[in-house]
Amino acid sequence: MQDLTKIAPTDTTTPQDAASILDVSNLRTYFYTDEGVVRAVDGINYSVAPGETLGIVGESGSGKTVAALSLMRLIEDPARIVSGEIKFDGRDIVTMSLEELRKVRGAGIAMVFQDPMTSLNPVLKIARQLVETMVVHGRLTEEQALDRAIKLLGRMGITAPERAVDSYPHQFSGGMRQRVMLAMGFSNEPQLLIADEPTTALDVTIQAQILELIVELNRDFKTAIVLISHNLGVIASVCSRVVVMYAGEVVEEGPTDKILADPRHPYTWALINAVPRIDRHVPGQRRLVTIEGAPPDPLNLPAGCRFAARCPFRIEKCEQHPELLEISPGRKSRCWVTQAGQDLPPPETSRDAPAEAKARTGGHHGETVIKRGERLLELRNVVKHFPLPKTTLFGKQKWVHAINGVSLDVAQGETVGLVGESGCGKSTLARVVARIHEPTSGSVMFHGQDIARASQAQIRPLRRRMQMVFQDPYASLNPRMTVGDILGEPLRFHEITQSEKETRERIAELLDVVGLTPKAATRYPHEFSGGQRQRISIARALSVRPDFIIADEPISALDVNIQAQIINLLIDLQERFGLTYLFIAHDLAVVRHISDRVVVLYLGSVMEIAPADTLFAEPLHPYTRYLISAVPIPDATIEAARQRLPLQGEPPSTVDPPSGCPFRTRCPIAQAICAQVMPPVAEVRPSHFVACHFPGQF
Amino acid sequence: MPRYIVSRLGLAVVMALLATLVIFLIANTVPGDPALAQLGDLAASNPDFLKAFRAKWALDEPLWTRYFIFLKELAHGDLGMSIASQRPVLDDIKNYAPATIELATVGFLLSAVIGVPLGVIAAVRRDSWVDHVARFVSLIGVSSPTFWLAFIMLAIFYGELQIAPGPGRLDPIAFAPPNVTGLFLIDSIFAGDWNTFRDALAHLVLPSIVLAAATLGLITRTTRASVLECMHQDYVRVARAKGLSERKIVMRHILPNALIPVVTLGGLAYANLLTGAVMTETIFSWPGLGRYTFRSAAALDFPAIMGITLVVAVTYLIINLLIDISYALLDPRVIR
Repeated sequence: MQDLTKIAPTDTTTPQDAASILDVSNLRTYFYTDEGVVRAVDGINYSVAPGETLGIVGESGSGKTVAALSLMRLIEDPARIVSGEIKFDGRDIVTMSLEELRKVRGAGIAMVFQDPMTSLNPVLKIARQLVETMVVHGRLTEEQALDRAIKLLGRMGITAPERAVDSYPHQFSGGMRQRVMLAMGFSNEPQLLIADEPTTALDVTIQAQILELIVELNRDFKTAIVLISHNLGVIASVCSRVVVMYAGEVVEEGPTDKILADPRHPYTWALINAVPRIDRHVPGQRRLVTIEGAPPDPLNLPAGCRFAARCPFRIEKCEQHPELLEISPGRKSRCWVTQAGQDLPPPETSRDAPAEAKARTGGHHGETVIKRGERLLELRNVVKHFPLPKTTLFGKQKWVHAINGVSLDVAQGETVGLVGESGCGKSTLARVVARIHEPTSGSVMFHGQDIARASQAQIRPLRRRMQMVFQDPYASLNPRMTVGDILGEPLRFHEITQSEKETRERIAELLDVVGLTPKAATRYPHEFSGGQRQRISIARALSVRPDFIIADEPISALDVNIQAQIINLLIDLQERFGLTYLFIAHDLAVVRHISDRVVVLYLGSVMEIAPADTLFAEPLHPYTRYLISAVPIPDATIEAARQRLPLQGEPPSTVDPPSGCPFRTRCPIAQAICAQVMPPVAEVRPSHFVACHFPGQF
Repeated sequence: MPRYIVSRLGLAVVMALLATLVIFLIANTVPGDPALAQLGDLAASNPDFLKAFRAKWALDEPLWTRYFIFLKELAHGDLGMSIASQRPVLDDIKNYAPATIELATVGFLLSAVIGVPLGVIAAVRRDSWVDHVARFVSLIGVSSPTFWLAFIMLAIFYGELQIAPGPGRLDPIAFAPPNVTGLFLIDSIFAGDWNTFRDALAHLVLPSIVLAAATLGLITRTTRASVLECMHQDYVRVARAKGLSERKIVMRHILPNALIPVVTLGGLAYANLLTGAVMTETIFSWPGLGRYTFRSAAALDFPAIMGITLVVAVTYLIINLLIDISYALLDPRVIR
C-alpha cells in the first residue's frame, strides 16, 4: 500500500496499485566509482499485480539488471540504493532488516539469472542446492524437501529426476541447468519470480522450451513474473505488460501488444524497427532502421531528455527533462513529442539503395572486376574431427565429430548464411574455410585452388583474398596495439602499401569506409565501444582488399541498435566492393535479412540449403521447421495466436553421434531407414537442397 | 574414482623411475672424485689403495652397469652405504627423517590452521583491521629470510627473554622416549611420559614458527585471493537470493570452491617443508634430513646424496598424488 503522506511523483498511480504485490517507487541505485557517481537506476516506478507477467526491456547499460537486483537488495559494492521504496506485500524491502530480508529472499521473491552455466555451485550436488532453498525457510524437513525437489525437477521437464538430483551441475547442459534454476525459483512457491535474461545464453529451440515452461508455471502457480530481456520477441511471447528502460529511467510502459504495435517513445520505436523480422521480409529492403550514436555517458547524463541526442523526432522542448506521464489509459511515456497524444510515424524505407545496386560490380579501388555468379568457394565432403583430451593414461582416444561431410558452394558476390544451434559445427566450418583448422578430410577449393592440404606458405597469398571477422570485438583486437597498428600490420605484411605515407593514407581511408574518424588510428581498442570495435575488426578485414569475408557471429555480442548499424555497414560494403560473405549467426531473423542463401547445419551435417526467402517460407526439413517456429516474434498478437512446434530434448553428443540421419533422435517423422542411412543432400526443388528421407512431409 | 587413482598412481610410478635415472646421472657426472674426497692425502697418493677403493665401490665400472646395480639394490631397499658415515644410507635416512617429519608437520599445521581462517576472514571482511593484520603477517612471513628470522627468534626468546628452550629436539640432559615412530611427540604419548612430551613440544615452538612463516604468508594470501574471487561468482549471488545466511554462504558455497587452489599450494608447501629445511635445521641443531643433506653434499657422499634426492623426489610424487586425489574429492568436475 502506498503511504499517503509520502510525497510521491504524480506518475506513480497506476490501475494496478490497489492490488499490486510489488510497488517500486522512485527507486535510485547509484554506483559510487572512482570516476564519479553512475546513476544506473535513476528514479524508476512500476508495479506488478499478483500473477501478472511484466517485461522489462532495454539495451545493456539501461539499468534493467541493476533495477532487478535492487528488488532483492542483491547489489554489491560500489552500488547502493540511495532512495526510493520497494513495497513487497506491503513491506518496504529497502528499509527492512537483513533478517526480514532473508525471509523474503527465495520465499516471497525468487530470481533466475542469465547464465545457467555459472549460477549453480559446481561442487555441490543438485539435490543439496535445491533442498537448502526449501529447508532454509523452515517449511520442510530435509526428506520432504528432497522429495519435493525430485517432483519439481520432473515438473520442469527433466527426465529421470531421481537420478538428476544426485548429479553435479557440470553433468547437465545449459538448458537443463536453467530448468534446475527454475525448479529452485519455484520451490517455495514465491509470489514473484524475477527472471533476468533467462534464455539469452541458450539456443533458440531451448529458449522456446524454457519460455513455454515459464508461461505454464505462471499459469499453474499463479506466480507473478518480471522478465528482463533485451529481446522484444521473448517479451512478446511471455509478458502482458512491458516497461521500457533507457539510461536508468523508465521511458515507456503499457500493454505489450499496444507498445509493440504502436510505440509512443522514440527509443521504443527505434528498438522495434532495428530488429529484422523472421516472419516478414520485404524484397529489396535491406537497410535496417537505425538511430545514430550511443546511450549517454552514465557519469554525465544530459539535463534534458536523455534520448534527445539520438532522437529522430527531437523538438526544441526536449532540452527539458520530460516526466513519465499517462498518454492513454494504462499507457505512459516519457516524451514531449507523444505526450500530446500523437503517434510516431512508421520508419521511412525509401532510403534504400535501388535493388540493382547490389549487382553493381567492380569498384574495389579499381583492383579486380568481379563477375557475380562465378564459383568462389567449393567445399566437398569436408570432415573435421577433434581429439578429446584423455581422462586416463591408458584410456581410449575419443573424438568430437564437429563436421561430418559438408559440401557447399559459394558464388561470387552472394551472401551465404550459416545457421544452427551451438555445437552444430558452424564456427568450426568457418575456421576450416579460413584454414585456421586443417580439415580431417575433404577438399576446400578457394579460387580454384585446393587449400585443404596446402601449407601455410602456400595459403599466405590467398589470405589477402579471404578475411575473417570474429564474434567478440573485445577479444579479437590486441589491447596493446593502436588501431593504426592493427590496421597497418596486414598492409605492411602483405606489402600492399609501399611507403609509411601510403600506409597512413590507406588506414585513414579504411576508417572512413567503416564510419570512424581518422583520429581513431592513434587510439587503443579499449577506448571504443563494442560496436565501434566491430567496425575496427571489419576495417582490419578489409585492409588487404579481400573479396571473401567470413563473419563468425559478428553481431551477437552487440545491442540491437548497434547490430542494425553493423548489418547496414556490411550491406553497404558488399554493394561498394562486391564482397562475398559467409555469414554465421544463430539469430535466424538476421540471417534471413542479410542472406541470399541459407545453410542449416545440425550436428556437423547440412540439413537444408535454399534461397533465404524460400527456406523461411517453405522449409522442407523438419529441423528447419522447428528452428523457425522456435523464434519468438516481437508482435504480441501474432505470438498469442501462434502455435509453436515444440522440439523436445537436446542435441545428442558430438562425441557419439547417432547412426544414419543425425536428427532422427528428435524427429517426429523418423522411420527405420533414418537410423540406417544418412539421407543425401538432394535437390528436391530447383536450388532447394534437403537432406531428409521424407522432405516436406512434416 | 578407483580408475582415476590407478591412473594417477601409474603415472607416479613412471615418474619415480625417471627420477632414479636423472638422479643417478646427475650424481655421477658431477665433477669431483669421491675417492679423492674420501681418502686422506696419504691414502690417495697410493695408486693401489686408490684402485682398491674404486673397485670396492664399483667406481670403475661403466655408467650403465652402475645404474643397473643402483636400480637392483634399490629394489631390495638398499640405497648403498654412505661413504662418510659407513652405514647403510637407508638407515641414515630412517634415523634422520622422523625429526624432519615432526618439524615440518607441526610447521605446516601451524601455517594452515592460522593461514586459512585468516585468509577467509580477511576476504570476507575486506579492508577491515583483520585484512590489514593478515596483509602485514603475510608480508613479514614471505619477506623475512629464514636465517635472519631464526637468529632473531633465538636471540629474543631464548637469549634475552629465556622463555623458549634452545636448539635441539630435547634438553641436552633429557632422554629420548622409547623409539616407536621416531616422532618424539607421539612416542612420548605412547610412553605416557608427559614431561618429555612438554619438552619436545617446547623445543618445536621456535623452529616450527620459523619454518611456518613463509608458508603462512603464502597460504593466507592465496586463501584470501581465492575467496575474494569466489565471492563474486554467480552461484554466490544465487545462494544469497535463496535467503541463506552469510555464514552458510561462506561455509557451504564459497569455501569448498575457494579451497581448491589452496590445497594445491598447501600440498606443495608441505613437500617443500619436508625437503627444504636445511637452513632451519642447521641453525636449530635439528638432527633432520636437512642437516644430513648438508653434510653429505659437503663430503661428496654420492650414495647418500642419491638416497636423499630419491627421498625428496618420492616425497614430491606422493604429495602430488595426494593433491590429485583430494582435488577429485573437492571438485567433481575433475573426474568426467
